[in-house]
Amino acid sequence: MSNSVLFDAPGPRTVARHRLYSVLSVLALLALVAFAVWRLHDKGQLEYELWEPFLTPEYIEFILVDGLVKTVQMAFFSIIFAIVFGLVFGVGKLSDHRVFRWTSWFVVEFFRAVPVLLLMIFVFFLLAIGNGPLSPFWCVVAALTLYNGAVLAEVFRAGINAVPVGQAEAAYAIGMRKSQVMVTVLLPQAVKIMLPAIISQMVVALKDTSLGYAILAPGLTAVGKPIYLEFKNQVPTAIVITAIYVIVNLLLTWLATKVQKRLVGEKPILAVAATPAAAPTATTGPTP
Amino acid sequence: MSILNKAAALYVTLFRNTPLLMIFIFMAVAMPKLGYTFKVVEGIEIGGWEVSAFFFRSCLALTLYTSAFVCEAMRSGVNAVPLGQAEAGRAVGLTFIQSMRHVVLPQALRAVIPPLTSVQVALLKNTSVAAVFGMAEAVATMRILTNRNSDETIPIFLAFAVGYIILVEVVSLTSYAIERKVRVAR
Repeated sequence: MSNSVLFDAPGPRTVARHRLYSVLSVLALLALVAFAVWRLHDKGQLEYELWEPFLTPEYIEFILVDGLVKTVQMAFFSIIFAIVFGLVFGVGKLSDHRVFRWTSWFVVEFFRAVPVLLLMIFVFFLLAIGNGPLSPFWCVVAALTLYNGAVLAEVFRAGINAVPVGQAEAAYAIGMRKSQVMVTVLLPQAVKIMLPAIISQMVVALKDTSLGYAILAPGLTAVGKPIYLEFKNQVPTAIVITAIYVIVNLLLTWLATKVQKRLVGEKPILAVAATPAAAPTATTGPTP
Repeated sequence: MSILNKAAALYVTLFRNTPLLMIFIFMAVAMPKLGYTFKVVEGIEIGGWEVSAFFFRSCLALTLYTSAFVCEAMRSGVNAVPLGQAEAGRAVGLTFIQSMRHVVLPQALRAVIPPLTSVQVALLKNTSVAAVFGMAEAVATMRILTNRNSDETIPIFLAFAVGYIILVEVVSLTSYAIERKVRVAR
């Protein structure tokens, strides 16, 4: 109870009542878990044959190499490109020249409002079908770059704005030009503030690579399908694949917290609403 | 009751870190194996429009996924209310329920509008994932259209994109208006 100020110090009767509630809720939760396990058992989903693929080296290798590695690669490439994209348009939105500012604003708002899946299918139809130059892998990367780049552009803009004004003023005072101020003074400080937000965005990118399923791109969700079609073990496959996603994402979140503590101190992660027009909020962690 | 606290935290962590597509796969592919096909909803009719099992499954997946994010937004909202407010409420003799009802929650609900809007906009965009599992919604329709008229891919895409942008803008402008109207002075 974080705001225990709301409660009176409990007397003996309240303590006893709370204990009762605790026991009841533990029982209810246990019953829920037990029911789930019983249901799995009842429908024969706990049979060894259904889980065997996940203990067989060849299938583990298939899942890890064709699934996990590809997924992480897609997320990695799209984040790297998205940082470049975000840097260009984030700085563009702060430009003194109206043409740059409005173009960047338009590009950023457009790609933030369009669903990733729509973008992905569009890129796929445009550049992959009929001897197109891109493989589904790169279509996923392209779509994620555009979306995450637009989100990161906002993060960059907020990050640059978060650097105290005095820093830029001091730099101008010793005779630096506009681009010098941006490159040598503002950006390095902004990147430090933003690093955790960028890592959190990797979680979003990693989760979104799963949408490549719709355009036959490789990745964890894609390796699940041949496995459950071969062994008819839909439930175990879904559980295993989900577990891998959750573990990888938790590792990334842990990394983000670590980096944040190291670089920024205890201040909350800089986060930007995934909505155009809505003001930046103080919520931490990835937006859906 | 720290046990419920932990269970809720587990739910939020699990669903926030799972791709929405996996939840859809659970609903559409894995659940029928456990005997849940959600066929029972087929008979329900709302204003001449029949609910399909597909539709119900999509809704359920989106609900489970989005709830985790709503949960986080709400929590941050309650945390955003300064502790002094609750202390003041207690000091004038309000009980827990009263101080929640009259002091903390009204402020928390106002603070929660911007993050909640982000969540709702994301939900709006996430409905597109249902296309993968055969719901005839915008993205699926776009796919069919582009399949038929492959030389007009760009205009078709732009039309659907603009459709989404309009929906997103309506939601975010509405929330912005509400937010300005009910803002708490701090």
